Amino acid sequence: MEEKEKKDIFETVWKFFASVKLAIFLLIILALTSIIGTIVEQQAEPSKNIALLAKFFGDAFAPTVYNIFAKLGFMDMYGSWWFVSFLVLFSINLVVCSLDRFPKTLRLVKTPLRPLSENGIKSMPVKKELTIKTSLNTARDEFFNALTASGYRVYEASGNGSIQLYTQKGRFARLFVYVVHLSIILIFLGALIGIRFGFKGYLNLPEGRASTVAYLSPDKTIPLGFTIKCNWYDTQYYKGTDTPKEFQSELVIIDDGREVLKKVIEVNDPLTYNGITFYQSNYGMMENAAGYFILNISSGSGQENTLRLKYGDSFEIPGTGIKGTISDFSTALTRDRNTGALTTYSEMMVNPAVAIDFDIPGEKKFKGWILRRYPETGILPGGNSVKFVDFWGVEYTGLQVAKDPGVWLIYLASILMSIGLYICFFISHKKIWIQITNDRDHARITVGGSSNRNRLAFENDIEKILSRASKAIEERSKK
Amino acid sequence: MSSPVFFDISAGAYIAAMIIYIAYLVVKNKTVGIVATAITVFGFFSQSTAFLIRWINSFYFWTASHPTSGIIESTLRAAPLRNLYESLIFFVWSLILIHLIIEFKYKTRSLGAFVTPIAAAALLFIDVSGTSKEIQPLIPALQSNWLLFHVLLSFLGYAAFGVSFGAAAAYIVVTTESRNEKTYIFWSIIIGVFLTVLIGMGIDYVSLSTTQRAELIQNYFLKATLRSSSGGIAAISWIGSIAFVFIIWRFGYGLKKVLTGLSLTPDILDDITYKSIAMGFPLFTIGGLIMGAIWANSAWGKYWTWDPKETWSLITWFVYALYLHARFVGGWRGKRVAILAVIGFVAVIFTYLGVNLVLSGLHAYGS
Ligand code: HEM
Repeated sequence: MEEKEKKDIFETVWKFFASVKLAIFLLIILALTSIIGTIVEQQAEPSKNIALLAKFFGDAFAPTVYNIFAKLGFMDMYGSWWFVSFLVLFSINLVVCSLDRFPKTLRLVKTPLRPLSENGIKSMPVKKELTIKTSLNTARDEFFNALTASGYRVYEASGNGSIQLYTQKGRFARLFVYVVHLSIILIFLGALIGIRFGFKGYLNLPEGRASTVAYLSPDKTIPLGFTIKCNWYDTQYYKGTDTPKEFQSELVIIDDGREVLKKVIEVNDPLTYNGITFYQSNYGMMENAAGYFILNISSGSGQENTLRLKYGDSFEIPGTGIKGTISDFSTALTRDRNTGALTTYSEMMVNPAVAIDFDIPGEKKFKGWILRRYPETGILPGGNSVKFVDFWGVEYTGLQVAKDPGVWLIYLASILMSIGLYICFFISHKKIWIQITNDRDHARITVGGSSNRNRLAFENDIEKILSRASKAIEERSKK
Repeated sequence: MSSPVFFDISAGAYIAAMIIYIAYLVVKNKTVGIVATAITVFGFFSQSTAFLIRWINSFYFWTASHPTSGIIESTLRAAPLRNLYESLIFFVWSLILIHLIIEFKYKTRSLGAFVTPIAAAALLFIDVSGTSKEIQPLIPALQSNWLLFHVLLSFLGYAAFGVSFGAAAAYIVVTTESRNEKTYIFWSIIIGVFLTVLIGMGIDYVSLSTTQRAELIQNYFLKATLRSSSGGIAAISWIGSIAFVFIIWRFGYGLKKVLTGLSLTPDILDDITYKSIAMGFPLFTIGGLIMGAIWANSAWGKYWTWDPKETWSLITWFVYALYLHARFVGGWRGKRVAILAVIGFVAVIFTYLGVNLVLSGLHAYGS
């Protein structure tokens, strides 16, 4: 008795989770609730969402509504207990439903096709009948050839005065729905692995500095297990514009005291070491940093030299007597359109320029601005020049630091899903039966077929096979 | 001739074709139908030419700033699928392509009256949304092959969904037997709102002078009417729009009578709806969701962040998954699934435009 009751309960639960009605319900719920999180800004400062809510509910009610929404988890919705529960239900539904149906489909796919009675053939969704003046065997041969030419593997059964050809194609395509469903489960698993065993952090690394940790939040670090150092950070711009062309940093990995890896990373081209990946994400200026001006000086006689100077330092171009002293710097130099005065238009190093007080023998002392973007600004009389290479040590590179041991599973699932969807939608399971009956000096042909999708294309297929066979028979009778 | 000239020719051709396709529904004269198709084909070739010219121009634009970039890389980076303007143009191109294939395969012209208005709406939107038509330098985040294929396949998918929207809307119109049915309210309002927006953008377009249009860098979408800065105009526009939708509801039933007696049977419409979703779903899944996620992962190390654009893609995906399951295993038939196909495309529009216009997100274009 108890045994039976247990079984009944199990069956009821199983049926509930195997039902497509539940799937439809869950898809609707997931679609509708997901909308909330696109309107309410997620994981944002309360003030932002209160301001948003005030537009709908008025200033007086906004804080109350905010509190209710926050209690319901709307402010971090996709991680809230109820949304996650719907996702879990959805996965159970998908697994149970697939398990419930898979054995039946597999049996269907595995059972060999059987010949049908003539009436059975005539009750197929696609059917054709025709009579050709030819012998039973000729008709059999030509229909056999026509089917083979269309890629069917043909089976044969014969009765008295009749032959039946029957065949099917694409039956395995029926299984690929399950590949699609499996891939969805694998994506959930991959995401779980990533959440459980990986992390998403960031690291703002100044030029020339190194770190052994990444940050999960301003006061929470996570050890990397090695040292990462930033040699330099640089923004390149499209010529003559302030549109960035590339954000680049040169990173070095130091493990066990040895330099093991060095790479210039860009957006879309990160660096990975020991399963931890560093992505170029942003950049910025450090406060109160004393940087070095990297100048490339060359004299008219062809001597070249790279210098590393601090603010106020002086240098001399060898053999020329030209002296220079670094006296000013601008992150983004421009000339004001109205007043004509030089000003700085951005705190970022968009158009860096260094001012140098020059003392050239036989000339008056003067102050010259050399712009990095425009090397021609550094040309001096007599073929001498000063090139402003970089102001190094004042910028930091903003890195996203991620470890995601689940991502390979996501990629695998993506491939499975792509293949599964493609086969599922574009390959159909087609079955054809052709009964050929001897009718005095004629052959009576009855064709029946079915296809689980794309009926129109299937009908064309059958037309093609019929006309091909009829033509071949005609050719033969002419000989 | 330059690329914009060919684009303008194709835009004109599509809008002319829309009018003639609609006329064809009414007069049911074969010659009219052939003219509509011919003009569409002409527009399509003109647009393809424009597309190629733009591709070649942006190839030179790219190699000018990236002299060391190889031929294949330059060709990929130059593909004109990089901003709102180019992607909408590509959407229209794909929509017309799929429409022409269906017209050829199903030997039916009437669907044109439902598909060309979608193209016209997209074209008008381009002109009033203030999207830049210049070839622009590619910012670092967009320099990725994944992004290119992501946009390419998503938009083919969106175009297939667009066709399914047209077919499903026609299906609902044809199968609604009386003005008292709920589906009548549904289709008359959907078509009413669609036409209102179309006319609204038409007014935007006319109210902008040619020079204004050339220099336009702001969004002018419905600014001449519903979103006018003058409260009076906005109020009148809203009242007018509501009245217009009401009129469509009151007198729109005639559309059904116009549609009967054509080669468009409900069965064919249902088949076209399903086929285009069957085509769009894998494209959108692979191109939109999967490649988008791969691109995000290669650029930021996060394949999914639940930002509004991603979430709306997922919502769209849920709606179409719902369509497939309701129809194939849930036993839903007829108007119920057709309504899902219509809602699916509304979600597509919101994913693509609504998120940028109404919400703002991580990878919103422009700004
Ligand atoms: C969003 C997630 C899902 C996706 C992308 C998906 C995908 C698919 C696809 C592409 C098909 C083939 C449809 C066709 O033949 O046109 C299918 C069939 C099916 N799906 Fe899903 N599915 C999802 C969720 C579910 C869930 C939760 C269930 C649970 C009840 C389910 C049950 C089924 C069943 C029973 C079939 C028919 C299988 C057959 O032909 O034997 N699906 N699914």
